[in-house]
Amino acid sequence: MSAVAAAYRDEWARVVATLCRRYGDLDVAEEAAAEAFATAVERWPADGVPPNPGAWLTTTANRKAVDRLRRESKRDGKQREALMLYDDGPPEPIGAVGDERLRLIFTCCHPALAMETRVALTLRMVGGLTVAEIARAFLVGETAMGQRITRAKTKIKAARIPYRVPAAEDLPARLSGVLAVLFLVFNEGYLPSGPGADPVRPELTAEAIRLTRLLHGLISGDGDGRGGGDPGGGERGGGGECGGGGERGGGGERGGDRGGGERGEVAGLLALMLLTEARRAARVAPGGELIPLDEQDRSVWDAGLIAEGHRLVRERLASGVAPGRYQILAAINAVHTDARAFPDTDWSQIVALYDQLAVLDPSPIVALNRAVAVAELEGPEKALAVVDRLDGRLAGYHAFHATRADLLRRLGRGAEARAAYDRAIASAGNTAEIAYLTRRRGQLA
Amino acid sequence: MQYLVSVIDDKSNSGTEEEMAAIDVFNEGLRAQGHWVFAGGLAAPSTATVIDNRGAEPLVTDGPFVETKEYMAGFWVMEADDLDVALKLAAAGSRACNRRVEVRPFL
Repeated sequence: MSAVAAAYRDEWARVVATLCRRYGDLDVAEEAAAEAFATAVERWPADGVPPNPGAWLTTTANRKAVDRLRRESKRDGKQREALMLYDDGPPEPIGAVGDERLRLIFTCCHPALAMETRVALTLRMVGGLTVAEIARAFLVGETAMGQRITRAKTKIKAARIPYRVPAAEDLPARLSGVLAVLFLVFNEGYLPSGPGADPVRPELTAEAIRLTRLLHGLISGDGDGRGGGDPGGGERGGGGECGGGGERGGGGERGGDRGGGERGEVAGLLALMLLTEARRAARVAPGGELIPLDEQDRSVWDAGLIAEGHRLVRERLASGVAPGRYQILAAINAVHTDARAFPDTDWSQIVALYDQLAVLDPSPIVALNRAVAVAELEGPEKALAVVDRLDGRLAGYHAFHATRADLLRRLGRGAEARAAYDRAIASAGNTAEIAYLTRRRGQLA
Repeated sequence: MQYLVSVIDDKSNSGTEEEMAAIDVFNEGLRAQGHWVFAGGLAAPSTATVIDNRGAEPLVTDGPFVETKEYMAGFWVMEADDLDVALKLAAAGSRACNRRVEVRPFL
């Protein structure tokens, strides 16, 4: 990776955040940061990489911002004045900023913005993805995505969405909203929807992990979100039959009632992502077909990511604070990744964890995932009885039909299994999953 | 910074006695904390008249400029430092008047 690319990955959010704090304007910050990196691309190969790339970039970006504001103040003095208004803290010297990135994250994930807008804005401002990259990731035209981001920046400015970390009493709910954004990005990478999409999008799961790592570092107060190896490189895995797609879009603003527990949820979400990502290489066959957990080659799971995920889960358990939803999902994935082979899985532990989850989140999707574990522990017949009771509420959900199909197949009820596979295939959005379900249906007697 | 907080309803002047009492309490709080600018209830859109005096003579039309099922039945103008403050006030206002409200910043 070139010096500029590395600096971009490590410093983009910090540069944007620092300028945003100073000028109170996301647009100015974004544009100046982009110009500073463009200048680095021109200069560094010839002049050499500066000793402190982050400081160089921040200083350069600051100069670009000043230039722009000077041009604009000539045009419109009033606007310049307005720009300076909503910085609510004392001015801080450039470069000596503790961490402005948290403010940036909370502003981008503000509840007054639509969920899809929060996702796009976070990927652009914090993640540094280009508008074109974000548009591609969510199968939206580049112009439409550009407009979405521009509208968001306009609203932030016009409605004065504050640039700050929320007060203690609001923090749990707001943090929960940030986690929902990050989880949505991860899920779109883990189980992409749409016929044109790749079966997995490692760049999105990697980005979600990188941002969650950053948030985890910032929230737990160890200063920097980095460390622990290169978050972008080398991970594969993905598989989980728990956690993933079923929770798509869930979470929302719920669950902010446990105070410090919500910080634990950041660690929980990070662990959940790592333990899911660890299985990516084993989860999709070379032909693009999804491989279920029981057929995965566990030797290709990423041991490094699993170790890191397990460590986070252990830390949360040791804290003694009641776990939230992400921590329980992470614990479930820790049990899966603890088993050397599928039959070694501690299913009673998994069922117990789902019981705990159902208390926090009594949704039919949790009940469905629990039933999958019940099938291993008590047999497919018991599980099918549970699943059938969910019919009314999950009739449009592909995983409901896929689970039913699998249970019926195991019970030797071929005709019913075929009908269930048909419905699962009709409602599934992920190409790898459709390929897997189609093969299974073809194997029915 | 000022925000317009519109009360959304499909009827006008429909507040119950309890709702009106809760609104009074809420308004007193706004005044005490320096957020109060102005507030009022509005008669139904069917009582509106549109005037266009851009031409030679004023053109008078009966009725609102746009027909909607729901409309602004009342409003507050509030002073608040930022949207987080405005949203908290609006949430309390929504509770007091027992209606949905819309928060919109002034330019």
